[in-house]
Amino acid sequence: MRYFLILFLLLCAFWLLLSGYWDNDLLLAFGAASSLLVAWIGSRLIGADPPRSYPVSIVRITAYSWWLLVEIVKANIDVVKRIWLPKEHPISPCMARLPLSQVSGVAKAAYAQSITLTPGTVAIEVTDDDVEVHALTKEGLDALREGEMDRRVTSVEKGHR
Amino acid sequence: MALLLDLLSFAMLLGGVFLGISGAVGVIRFPDFYTRIHAAGVTDTLSAGLILGGLMLQAGLTLVTLKLAFILMFLWITSPVASHALARAAMHSGWHPRLSD
Repeated sequence: MRYFLILFLLLCAFWLLLSGYWDNDLLLAFGAASSLLVAWIGSRLIGADPPRSYPVSIVRITAYSWWLLVEIVKANIDVVKRIWLPKEHPISPCMARLPLSQVSGVAKAAYAQSITLTPGTVAIEVTDDDVEVHALTKEGLDALREGEMDRRVTSVEKGHR
Repeated sequence: MALLLDLLSFAMLLGGVFLGISGAVGVIRFPDFYTRIHAAGVTDTLSAGLILGGLMLQAGLTLVTLKLAFILMFLWITSPVASHALARAAMHSGWHPRLSD
């Protein structure tokens, strides 16, 4: 029931955001009805196994997002250099299984997502205690192996507990 | 001030277009499927971010900007999922990457 209510309110807010209609009764009723329908279907889908909710530290997530954004910009510049100047900046594709230190599935997924979102590294397979990474360059893989991203995701996760 | 915003937005749009073209060139130039994913990643992340950011500056403080921000957020959440699914599917179908050593 709690999940249903949260989903319903979020969907209403999202509908208002996308439509921009605030003062047309008929359309607002349609929006509320469709939110209700989707929330009902959604809560039936999740039904027997409701997701655990995590207390989220907005501050930590925001700090991590900024750090990740800077990493993405740096990685983009590196990959673009390797695209346009292949002689000066050759590629050296490589793969490795790297350990991951997160406990919850959400945090593991967040770490794998961060790896893939950064150009130059792609997470290919995620298991309980490691992640298989394909990297465009040896340097990129080594930077990931140092584990700063892993530590940062884990510290965001620890803030939750 | 308006001129400054316009110039910044033009610079972001141009940068985004350049990165998009770079991604396309990289997809052609890189040797195999797995390395090409990395080139496409440039288009997915910073190119899309700069273009949408430039459009946000053009739209100003309106509902349109909020919608663009949501588009960017969803794009940055979904595109790594797609890349990961593609790479994983390729690996599971027995297509091994060419490695440098």
